[in-house]
This record gives sequence, structure tokens and C-alpha cells, in this order.
Amino acid sequence: MSPDPKIMEEQTPILECRNLCISYDTRGGEIPAVIDFNMKVMPGQGVGIVGESGCGKSTVALAIMQYLGSNGYIKSGEIFFHGRDMRTMSEEELRALRGSKIAMIYQEPMASLNPSMKIGDQLAEVPLFHEDVTVTEAKARALELLEAVKLPDPKRIMDAYPHQISGGQQQRVVIAMALLSKPDLLLLDEPTTALDVTVERGIVELVKEISAEFGTAMIYISHNLGLILDTCDRVTVMYSGEAVEDGTVNEVFDEMCHPYTSGLFASIPLPGADKNERPLVPIPGQLPLPHQRPQGCFFGPRCAFFKAGTCDQEKIPMRAVPGEEGHTVRCARFEEIDWAEGDHEAVTVKSVKSGKVVLEVRNMKKYYELRSSSVLAMIRGDAVKTVKANEDINFNAREAETVAIVGESGCGKSTFAKVLMGLEEATDGAVILNGEDLAHVSVQKRKARTVGHLQMVFQNPFDTLNPSHSVGSQIARVIRKFGVEKDPNKVREKVNDLLDLVKLPRDFAHRRPRQLSGGQKQRIGIARAFAGNPAVVVADEPVSALDVSVQAAVTGLLTEIQNDLRSTLLFISHDLSVVRYLSDRVVVMYLGHIVEQGTTDEVFSPPYHPYTEALLSAVPIADTSVEQKQIILKGDIPSAVNPPPGCPFQTRCPRKIGSICETEMPPVKELSSGHNILCHLEDDVLNAMEPVIVTHSEEKIA
Amino acid sequence: MLILAFRRFLSMALIMVIVSFTLFAIFESDKLAVAGKVLGPYSSNEQRELWLENNGYNEPFLERYVSWVGNALTGDFGYSIQYKSPVADVLWPRLGNTAILAGLYMLFMIPLSLTLGVIAGMKEGSIQDRVVSVGSVLTTSVPEFASATFFSAIFVFWLGWLPGTSAMTSGFSWAEIFLPVFVLVMYGFGYTTRMTRASMAEVMTSHYIRTAVLKGIPYRRVIMKHALRNALIAPFTVIILQLNWLLSGVIVVEVFFAYKGFGKLLLDAALFGDIFVIEACTLVAVFVAVFSQFISDIGYTLLNPRIRFT
Amino acid sequence: MTAEIQSNDTSPSAIAKIFKSLGLLRESPIAIFGLSLILFWVILAILAPILPLYDPNAPLEPFKMPLSDARDGGLYWLGTDHKGRDILSRVIFGAQQVLIWATTATAVAYIVGMLMGVVAGYLGGWWDEVISFISNVLLSFPVIVLYIIIITYLGATGFNIVLAVTFASAPGIMRIVRGLVLDLRTRDYIFAAQTRGESAMYIMLVELLPNARGPLIVDACLRLGYTTITIAMLGYLGLGLPPPDPDWGKMIAETQPLGSFAGHMAVVPAAAISSLVLGFNLLADGLREISMKD
Repeated sequence: MSPDPKIMEEQTPILECRNLCISYDTRGGEIPAVIDFNMKVMPGQGVGIVGESGCGKSTVALAIMQYLGSNGYIKSGEIFFHGRDMRTMSEEELRALRGSKIAMIYQEPMASLNPSMKIGDQLAEVPLFHEDVTVTEAKARALELLEAVKLPDPKRIMDAYPHQISGGQQQRVVIAMALLSKPDLLLLDEPTTALDVTVERGIVELVKEISAEFGTAMIYISHNLGLILDTCDRVTVMYSGEAVEDGTVNEVFDEMCHPYTSGLFASIPLPGADKNERPLVPIPGQLPLPHQRPQGCFFGPRCAFFKAGTCDQEKIPMRAVPGEEGHTVRCARFEEIDWAEGDHEAVTVKSVKSGKVVLEVRNMKKYYELRSSSVLAMIRGDAVKTVKANEDINFNAREAETVAIVGESGCGKSTFAKVLMGLEEATDGAVILNGEDLAHVSVQKRKARTVGHLQMVFQNPFDTLNPSHSVGSQIARVIRKFGVEKDPNKVREKVNDLLDLVKLPRDFAHRRPRQLSGGQKQRIGIARAFAGNPAVVVADEPVSALDVSVQAAVTGLLTEIQNDLRSTLLFISHDLSVVRYLSDRVVVMYLGHIVEQGTTDEVFSPPYHPYTEALLSAVPIADTSVEQKQIILKGDIPSAVNPPPGCPFQTRCPRKIGSICETEMPPVKELSSGHNILCHLEDDVLNAMEPVIVTHSEEKIA
Repeated sequence: MLILAFRRFLSMALIMVIVSFTLFAIFESDKLAVAGKVLGPYSSNEQRELWLENNGYNEPFLERYVSWVGNALTGDFGYSIQYKSPVADVLWPRLGNTAILAGLYMLFMIPLSLTLGVIAGMKEGSIQDRVVSVGSVLTTSVPEFASATFFSAIFVFWLGWLPGTSAMTSGFSWAEIFLPVFVLVMYGFGYTTRMTRASMAEVMTSHYIRTAVLKGIPYRRVIMKHALRNALIAPFTVIILQLNWLLSGVIVVEVFFAYKGFGKLLLDAALFGDIFVIEACTLVAVFVAVFSQFISDIGYTLLNPRIRFT
Repeated sequence: MTAEIQSNDTSPSAIAKIFKSLGLLRESPIAIFGLSLILFWVILAILAPILPLYDPNAPLEPFKMPLSDARDGGLYWLGTDHKGRDILSRVIFGAQQVLIWATTATAVAYIVGMLMGVVAGYLGGWWDEVISFISNVLLSFPVIVLYIIIITYLGATGFNIVLAVTFASAPGIMRIVRGLVLDLRTRDYIFAAQTRGESAMYIMLVELLPNARGPLIVDACLRLGYTTITIAMLGYLGLGLPPPDPDWGKMIAETQPLGSFAGHMAVVPAAAISSLVLGFNLLADGLREISMKD
């Protein structure tokens, strides 16, 4: 590119959306998905769009690509690309732009690649159809880009089919595809949501590096505020189809003016504040459905600063914040809001004194036998492979204590939960609940009371309830099954009590699961788990599938009930921010091993296990005053079927000392009473570790 | 790949053994009944016993089964009671005639249904989609014996364009084969069309088609290079497995048009109680069905790289 | 156990539910049309004994064309056949036969196929191996061969037709149910039922099967249509229900040797069967469309 047009471009934005309205036609009539949306992207700039599911952020991206499906259409407004309205372009002109000037990176890399076409061919198509090149040149370009996105062995990947490489690698291929023709604008739609945190970190760094190198402008769509902070210059916050606040990242993150933005930040746990100083404050209510949006401000019904007569009349326009050029907000009252007066109930986590040991896991092992049915394997005699899903699990949990189990996919946390619940038998070791060893007792053989004492809250709210039965009957079934009550009237009473407990109206008993929102379903899931006065509740990522603003409320509810009933909570999660906020003790798992455990403070401050250190560095944090050490793990998590020899983490460990890591399983090192790590590192190295997360404002060690 | 083919082959052989054994048990475990069928209802018990003795029926059951299978494998299916000749002499020419019928059916049905299915599935909900969908429901609702009735009424009795029977007494005739094939295609193409349409429609809404479109490659290439390959995997297996129930239609058509084929042979044998012909026809039919399953499995694996490499 | 879970359920009564699902049908004109065709035949079949019809088996005047006057002053709406039997009456009584046997056969095949499928899909392991293998063996028979063997071996009675349809259809139903169950069994609510120690029987019948009903209803409609064809086809091939009761397939077969001047005798039953099958197919299509939109 010659310098002249570059200067020209400095004045005109690459992309501009003006008063954009997008609607979908459905049987129920027109549904406005995006209303009055404005955005400007300057060359080289990173612009974030953040919001919860259904807010219209992905629709904006697809509208820019002019790919809204058969029932979606741009109702009014313009989209200018380099000053030309894209709506007036012909199909052929659009085709020439797509993939060459504007490229897109998608949420699910696996689904986005053609399963029956070699990766090399899929990549080569881009230059072949946008530039005048031969097939050989196109292939050479593709190979070059695969190298640029740091894929190992790019030649092999050129010849591979998408299913033959891992999710992280697939996403790198999609990125390479998007960058092949050096686009002016890159659209990223939740590009890392489907990936593990440590893999996500690598992708995000790559995107940042490459956009800096190529000078590509970016629109980064995400529900994760931390990722936006990490990648963007400007950010637009969307709520229910509208932009509610727009400005530079610092303006929006530090001087937010819209109650929704402020609510979002208040409902995510940040490392800068702990549960006592800055408790989580959930946003009450739920996102309105498009055809149920209220008059006036869409956020009105959930807003602590709602004022009848002002907020529920006319449509609220975007207004500039005085003194901050380019910072706009869609709130009628933002100048007059006294932020201190908001009266939403905070999530209080009382410091409860933990009691006696309730659950004791000793040397628990769970191996699976994986039978290969291929004749060849039978001939070679390796038809049965052992998968070591859990290796030597040791820990205790006390009454009223919250123990977090942290790890990424394949770490063995789900297997552990299955053994605990009696759906799988442990291969070896003991799982002792209130003095009774359950390691080899399947759930069918456990006493009803024991089963009721050990219950679970599940991850996916859309799956947790049986869609064929009413909510009440499902809770009632649990009550009867655990022998809490038998008499029909008493059962009904108990159902009502449990609905009260999870703060849902009693007439929800008659509803079908599909009439409930995700958060409400998860509350029913909690009610069901607590029906038998459990001693231990296992919560498997209970909020990870929920929207940010609902997460805090559900988490709060869960811990509140747990505190009141003095149950032990095993909180399985990959989200270190939530873990840090909630738990008393933390167990970090990697490939079936516990690599570190200790109290929350011990685990979150040095010395760390190198994996914990990397995990802490990988978690995106939505706080401008926080600085994170950069540790990028290379590669992907190995498969549990073929674990590396020696230390399980050695293939990715940035602190690997040498051959000892590859050959010998590290010892369990006791750093202080109850704080153990599984590592070969010498004490002096461990002691010299620096904190990963540093908060600038107070210089507080995280 | 070879291992997979070998395993499929083994399971195919196992199924054939079980089927042939069941068949043998059903038809030949009651020896006296067999003799009764062969010698006719008025034969005496002594005659039957004698026949059994002469034909080796007094051997143990398993031994008889093994020698029966051995004979079948060498093409000796016994002696037809109805036609008074070796079963093989009747069977092979009949099978050849049916192969012509089925071959012509496939020749017309496959291109027709794939084309219609792809055109309909390309744009779900469009006019062409609705026309094809409604058309295929209509034709699949009219079974062969009904549509043969309608078409004969029109082409044979009313217009007088075509002959009403297809006995081919004076050699092969295109005019005589037309209606049987037409009737089969009319009833049969709808199923494959709908399958292709569903498969194509699903592929068109997939994310990788979105990727291909947003990559900026021409629409024609998106369809030809990205959509078709994935969309035709499912119809491929369906087409081959159709052989399995094509036989029902073939029997009906052969009976209706008096076409001397395999299906009519089987039906006549069944109605007459010609057990050796029934056995032979069943073995052949099941073999064709199992073999087509085998081909379909192997083909599916070849077409679908996701399976090929795991 | 189902009753137990329903006890706390004060949702609308069963009748109201049926009306509600009929209301859903309104969204698909195709489904409405299909249902009307089916109801047309169902109502005729039910009313057959009280309608002013000739005895379907009584020999009256042979070879009357449609709309010809009868000797007793009545009218042969659709004419008479070669034996002088009233075709209208035979078609309506034939509907009775085909509807009774098609419904029974499909229902029995469904019960067997669903049980096989849910056991194979949920219990897995050896159950799955054995059930899947039996199904594969049965599926390797061309259906018509299965019918011919069963009916020539056991004889052509209604019961044996039900048996033959069950043998031919249950493996296919089993495969569908098994596939659905394999998907459903990974849901958290199944996991939840397992963790509270529910029996396998309870999970299969109460937790799994009700959630598979959507696709199964559509499939059942298609199968009803296909079974209707099968029964008529067996009648046509001479393997159907024993005479003298009227049978649509047999009515077509009887006409064949007679040539052109008996056209109406074959066209009427052929149209009857096609319209009934079309009804089932359209209803299935409409139901599928409705379920996709939800």
C-alpha cells in the first residue's frame, strides 16, 4: 500500500453504521433485532461490541457482511464501507469485498470449516477468487499464513481435514483464512468462547499481534468485558438491540454513565475487590424478549434509578457526555444519577466458620478402559487402553466450606464428580462422606438419605430440567425419592418452601421448563439439589452458561442457601475470578492430577504451580487498574488417552527445568500446612515467583 | 480402511449364515411336509418316506443344512416343483430381467431425484422448494399398484399408446418396459428427493457454507464445491439401501404387467408352495440386500473424511 | 410411576391438551388438509354399518357403470363389479378393514420397536449389541420377502399381518428411538435422575421416552401411511386377508383379468388408497413443519 491512500483513509472511517435498524420476519410478525445503531471504525482501530446474549451484537456483524439469512433485513439506516453505502452494492461487488476487504472470524471454528475439504484447499480459495494468482501461488500464500498464525507443522495441516486438528488449531486456521487477503476490517464474533482459557489467551495475543502488524481494523464482539479491555480501543455496550453506551475503553470502563454498564461491572467479580469490600451486585430481572420490550428505556424495569414519567415515556436518544467528546450514553437521567443511592441487594458471602471434615477423598483413582475395536489393535494386543481420568486425588472438605475445583477441559473434574455421585466406581482409594466410604458403592446401592446428602447442580440450564414434566412435579419427585416427605400435602408444602428458598413465585410449580428463563431454570436446579438437606452439594459450572447479569444472582443464591444450611459446596469451575470470590479453598487440576491445592489466598498468591500461574495470567480481567503478567502457554491440552510421560504439564510448562520433568512424576511438595503443589521446581525458584495479578490503584498483591 | 471393509464383510457373512439357517429351519425342519409339497397332497406316507430316504433327508438336520448351503454356493438350488426343472435354470434368466428393470429405474430415478432435491434444498421455502416438496409427497402417496392402474387407464385403455402387458413374448421391447419403469420411478423418486432436499437444506444453513459465502467465492462454486459434496453423502446411502424395498415395488409391477422377472417368480413360488424356489429367491434377495448394505457402508466411509480417518 | 409424577401437576386436563394441540395444527394448512383426508375415511369407516349401503358381499347386478340405477330402485353410485357387488359399499367397508389393521399393526410395531430402542440406547453394552444385531438381521431382509415368508409359512390372517408388519417395522423404529435416546441420555436431567438413584426402568419410561415423542409422532404418521400401502399391497398380491371381506388391494387385483371395460372397478379403490396415504403423509409433513418452528 502506498502511503497516500493511507493518509486519505485517516479521515474517512473504514466502516460506519448510521441509524442502523435490523429486523427479522417471523410468524409472529416483525421482530426488531437491532435498533438505531451507530458506529465508526477508523483504520487500525479495535472496536468492541459487548452485551449479553440476544442483545443484537452478532446481528450487527452479519448485517455488515450483508448475510442476514432469508428472513432478516436492514430496515433502515446505512452501512458505509470506505464511504460507500454497502446496501447499494450489487451481489458481485459484495462478493468482491467479502473475504478480501472485510473478513470474519467465527465463534465455532469446527462448524465454520468444511468437514470434507482439506484445509489447504479451503485457504487457497481466498486468494484464488480475489486475486489473479495460480493455484501454486495461492497454496504458497496459504502455507505462509499458517506459519504466521504459529501453527506447528503447517505443511501437515495444509493436507489435513478440519476434524484432525484441535479446536485451538482450527481457530488459528480460521484466522489465517481471514487474514489471507490482508483485509481492512476484521470482524470477530466471540472468537474464543468455545475454547479453554489458556488456549483463548494464545488466540487473543495472536489477534492483537497480527492486527498491529497488518494495521487491520477490528470489530471484536464478545460478552466478556475483560477480553474487550484487552483487545480494543473503543467499546459499544449493547442492551436488548440498542447501543446504550459508547466511548473509549477507558471512558466506558472507568467512568461509565449508563446504569446497565455500571450494573454489568458490579455483577462480575474483579480481583481488585474482595467479597467484603466490594460485594457482587446482581442486576435484578431478566433481558426482555424482543416483542416484550417496555416503553421508553428498555432497561427501565431492571434499573435502580428508574423514574416513572422520565424513563417510560418516549424513546431515549443517545446523548453525548459533557466534556468527553465521543462518549455517548442512552440514558435520560445520567447527569442526575447519584450512584450511591442504587438499592440493589448485594450478594453477601458471610464468613462462616467451617466445621468438621464432611468429605474426605483419599488416593482416589479412576481409570477407564478404552477398547479399540480395530482388528489391527487386537492383533497387536493393545486393544485395551487405559485412560487415567483421575490419578491420586486427595483432599478434604469441611462443613459449610466452599471448595473450588479448577481446571480446563480434560482435567478430570467431571469424572471426579461422577465417582462422587456414584455413577462410576472408583478404581482405587476412598471417598468418605460422614464416615461412610462410598468409593465403590454405586448410587443404586446407596441409602436414600445418603443420596439426598450428596447432590448436584448442573451446568447447562437448558438441560437441567426434563422438558416433559412440570417444575413442581420434578421437585416433588426428588422430595419423595429422598424420603423427606411422603404425604401429598406435605410434599406440596415442601415444594412451595423450596420455591421460596430459591426466591421464585410459588405458581412456578405449575409451569413447564420451557416457560422459564435460563436463570430461573438454574434456580429450580438449586432447589432440587437442596431438597434433601444435603451435606455436600457439587455445583458443576453452575453459572457458566448464564448471562453475566444473571450469573451473580444465581451464584449469590447458591452460596446464601449453602451458608444457611451449612452444606459443603464443591464448586467446579474454570473461572478463576468467581472461584476467588466464592471459595475458601481451591484445588487446581490438570490432566487428572491435582497440581496445587490450598486456601484461596495461598493459591492466588505466589509461590504458584506453573500451571496455576499460567491460568491466573490467562483469565481476562475487566479492570483497567489491573496488570497481568503475560504467560502464554504453547499448544493445546494433551488428550487424557495419551498423557505425556513424567509431569502431566511438561509439554506446555514455561518453567520446565529439563529432562527430569519428562521422565519423573513430580513429588507432592508441601509449601505450608495444607498448601501442596505437584512440581519439580526448587524452593528458591518457587519463592522468587512474582504475583501474576497486580492492582495498580492500591498496589495490592492479588 | 481395509480393516473396516474386512469387518463389514465378516458381519455380512454372519448375517447370511443366520438368515440361511433360519430359512432352512422354517422350510425344511419338517421333513414330511417337504415331501408332501414335492409329491403333492395325494401322495401316501410310504411314498413320502421313500422320497425322503432317496433324497438324503434322513441325515441329521445340521448335516443337511451344511450340504444345502454347499449346494447353494455352487449354484445348485434344487428342483422346482412348479416348473419341473432345476431352480437355477428358472432363477437366473428371471433375475436378469429384473436387473434390467431395476437398472433402468435407477438410471432415471437417481439423476431426477438428486437434481430436484438439490434445487429444492438450495433455497428452503422458495417456490421451487414448495413445488418439489408437494410433488414428491403426492407421488409417494400413490403406491405402484394404484399408479399402475391410473397410468394403464390413461395410456393403455384411453389413449391406446402403450401395451398393457410386458410379457416380452417376442423379445425385448421398449414400449413394453416403459410403463413398468415409469410406475417404479413415479413412486420411488419422491423418497430420495426428500432425503436429498433435507440434506441439502441442512448443509445450506451450516456455518461452513456461511464461511464459504463470506470468503467471497462465487455462489456457483459455493454450491458445487462446498455444498454438494457434503449434501450428497446421505442420499448416496439411501439410494443404495433402496434396493432393499425396491423389490416390493418390483414384485407389484411385475405382477401387474405380467413381466417375467424375479419378483413374480418369488410370489408365484410362494403362492404355489414351491419351497426350493422360495428358498433360492430369498437367499438371492437377502444377499443382494446385505451386499448393498456393505457397499453403502464402504461408500459412506469413502465419502465422509470425518469417518475415514478415525 | 407416570401417574405419580403427574399427581402434582394441575395443568389442563387431557381433553384440553388435545384441543390445544389441534389448535397448533391450525398453523399448518398442509397438516389440516392431511388430517381432513384421514378423518374422511375414519368417519366413513365408523359410520359404515349405519349408512344406507348395499351389503358389500351381496351379488347384485354385475358390471354396472357408476351412477346406474339399481333394480330395487336404488343407485349404484360407483357401479358394481364383475360379481355384481356394490363398489361404493365395498370401498367403505374396505376402509374399515385397512384402518383397523394398519393402526393395530403400526401400534404393535411401535410398542416393540420403542422398547427395543430405549433399552438398546439407554442400557447400551450387551443389550445394545444383541438388539442391534437382531435388527440388522431383520433389516437385511427385503421387507416383501419377510412378508412373503411369514404369510406363506403362517397363513394370511389379520394377526399374522400384524406380526409381519411388526417384524418388518420394529427394527426401523428401534433405530430411530435408539438414536434419539443416545442423544437424550447425555442431558443433565438424565444425569440428575441417575444421581438421585432412579431405576433404569423409571428413567427410560418417564424421563426419556416422553422427550422423544416429537420426531416419533411424525414417524408414526409416515409409518401408518406405509403400513396402509403394505396391507393393500399384500391384498393385491393375494397374500392379504382371506375373502370375502372387501380389501382395497384385492379389489384392484380382481379387476385385472377383465381388461378395459372394468376400469372404474380398479380406479376407485386405487384412488381411495392413494387419498388415505396422502392424508397420512401430509399430516406427517405438517407436523414436522410445526415442530421445526418451535
